[in-house]
Amino acid sequence: MAGINRSAAQLLATIVGNKKVGQYHQILISVGDLVAQCKPGNFVAISVGGLNSKMVLRRAFAISRTTTSPQYGGAIELIVAPFGNGSSWLCGLAEGEQIDITLPLGTAFGIPTTSVNALLVGGGYGSAPLFGLAEVLKERGCRVDMLLGASTGAKIYAPLEGKRSVNSLRIFTEDGSMGETGRITAPIAQLVSELQIDVIYSCGPMAMLKAISEILAGGDVVHQCAVEEAMACGIGICMTCVLPVKDETGKISNLRSCIDGPVMDGAAIEWDLVGKTLVL
Amino acid sequence: MSQLDFSTTLGNAWFPTPIFTASGCASSGKELAQFFDLRDMGAIVTKSIMTKPRAGRATPRMAETPSGMLNSIGLQGPGIDAFLANDLAWLVEQKARIIVSIAGETAEEFASLARRLRGVAGISALEVNISCPNVENRGMVFACHLESAQTVIEGVRRTIGGDLPIIAKLSPDVTDIVSIARGVIDAGADGLALINTVLGMVINPNTMRPHLGGRTGGLSGPAIRPIAVRAIYQVHEALPKVPILGMGGVSSGADAFELILAGASAVSVGTASFGNPTAIMKIQNELRQILTDKGFSSLREAVGFAHRPESSVR
Ligand SMILES: Cc1cc2nc3c(=O)[nH]c(=O)nc-3n(C[C@H](O)[C@H](O)[C@H](O)COP(=O)(O)OP(=O)(O)OC[C@H]3O[C@@H](n4cnc5c(N)ncnc54)[C@H](O)[C@@H]3O)c2cc1C
Ligand SMILES: Cc1cc2nc3c(=O)[nH]c(=O)nc-3n(C[C@H](O)[C@H](O)[C@H](O)COP(=O)(O)O)c2cc1C
Ligand code: FES
Repeated sequence: MAGINRSAAQLLATIVGNKKVGQYHQILISVGDLVAQCKPGNFVAISVGGLNSKMVLRRAFAISRTTTSPQYGGAIELIVAPFGNGSSWLCGLAEGEQIDITLPLGTAFGIPTTSVNALLVGGGYGSAPLFGLAEVLKERGCRVDMLLGASTGAKIYAPLEGKRSVNSLRIFTEDGSMGETGRITAPIAQLVSELQIDVIYSCGPMAMLKAISEILAGGDVVHQCAVEEAMACGIGICMTCVLPVKDETGKISNLRSCIDGPVMDGAAIEWDLVGKTLVL
Repeated sequence: MSQLDFSTTLGNAWFPTPIFTASGCASSGKELAQFFDLRDMGAIVTKSIMTKPRAGRATPRMAETPSGMLNSIGLQGPGIDAFLANDLAWLVEQKARIIVSIAGETAEEFASLARRLRGVAGISALEVNISCPNVENRGMVFACHLESAQTVIEGVRRTIGGDLPIIAKLSPDVTDIVSIARGVIDAGADGLALINTVLGMVINPNTMRPHLGGRTGGLSGPAIRPIAVRAIYQVHEALPKVPILGMGGVSSGADAFELILAGASAVSVGTASFGNPTAIMKIQNELRQILTDKGFSSLREAVGFAHRPESSVR
């Protein structure tokens, strides 16, 4: 069990950038020294809608990357899809506006101590935290290959500077509007053996994470996936975000994905039991 | 700081401030302790604990609704043994004031939980969550059936003895909450917790089926506050001497003040903590300010103040 992220703090932070990229918004938020505690895989929880909003719950977003500049100090970047009212409100904020944010939350991607071959798989905005991760892995001397996928090209997030931190990048869209046509999961089995992959890092829709886990089942490739369950609090107090996870002894229990995740061992998640009633 | 006496009591239990967590909205306490010192609030009310470990209901377990949310957690928890060994032991170590919430599937389960808690040091009061289904009565919620509710409270009272205050937590989903309130007080409860969540449902327009894994869920948050105020007002009017732990949609000091005016001696905060981890501290500070500004010298003076006769001044 991972436990509480001891670095988590709540603050009023200023938006220092908001740029439209395809169907997403690249939002830069000044958070000061807290950037040093933000690791690839961690997420933030943001209060949306302003004072007296009828939206009472925070919205969760993965930290895409951290930067530091003399202008605004430490800042984090989010890649936000305007989905419903809360995320659309966030995408509509202008530079200089303030938000109530809690960060960093949850677990981070585990970084190997030796140079290994890593495959990074991102679906939709799930690619956001993978570029920061790629940089860290490169610094460790890892070989880093990346697969990105989405239903359509406008939902592929692949910044130019990010591409420099990977050895290869392949893009898949279901409608063929960008890169190769088809599903991101199609080439994985082959790539794993060709590139002698040791570890897969993935982030994206639950169906994609499940499919990757199935492809890897029984093998010895490590699968670290960042899950996305509906979260009411993001800090471990509501028990809404649970996933069935098996421990070393084979015992399955419902773990909170905001505290024991979002980065979890794909092989330990009982994917077929997600959304089912667990019998203890 | 002013001269305001902010302390309160529920039965023989004393608390330095009247703002508590709500059961099931603070997990084990460790998670909120990251954001403020648990000793700075009135008390932590633990999630309702049952005899055995429970996995809870299937996901999705929540749906946000206008000014509220539905949850169907299904009382996921570690069971009383692990709770006593880990969660409670930790809370006692923190010197937090603790109200333990218990839940059961049968009246006997409630009594046996009370037996396990009898004599455990560091507990201020027992909250008895009777807003859960009675498996021996076709799943009818204890709190919606007078005799079942009374049987539970009698059993707990008999087991726990006279020292620890018992607070019976009632459901608003009844025709006449006053008769249930009176019934559980007659059965031996020292106080009442009002209100638990209101039963609701959301249907997902894409799947065209109930959205929650448990189909129905409990509505909480500001959307239910008027229901809480009404329930507290009615019960306080009928039973003015009975202490009430009020809750339901409190997210500001003004909200807490409203429940206190209706008759609550203390206020639990649930859903607001999901939207703001430091909500409890904020509410507590705002309430202290409001009471001072209104000229009250003690919290106690404000309890039930909305019931004062027309002729009285202020
Ligand atoms: C750990 C984590 C990381 C995430 N990272 C990103 C990211 O980097 N970029 C991004 O665009 N989105 C991300 N999401 C999804 C994002 O949280 C939802 O899109 C957002 O909450 C939708 O809110 P809304 O008000 O726009 O939609 P509504 O549908 O109005 O939201 C209603 C409720 O459902 C919840 N909800 C709806 N969709 C989701 C979802 N997909 N996941 C979780 N909760 C949901 C909301 O939090 C809210 O409580 C992440 C989610 C999680 C859990
Ligand atoms: C996620 C969640 C879990 C809850 N779990 C419990 C519980 O275990 N026992 C209980 O008595 N009430 C439980 N409740 C009800 C709350 O304690 C409280 O009565 C209700 O939510 C109204 O207060 P609020 O609007 O401030 O949240 C729960 C509420 C929520 C939202
Ligand atoms: S989101 Fe509340 S416990 Fe995970």
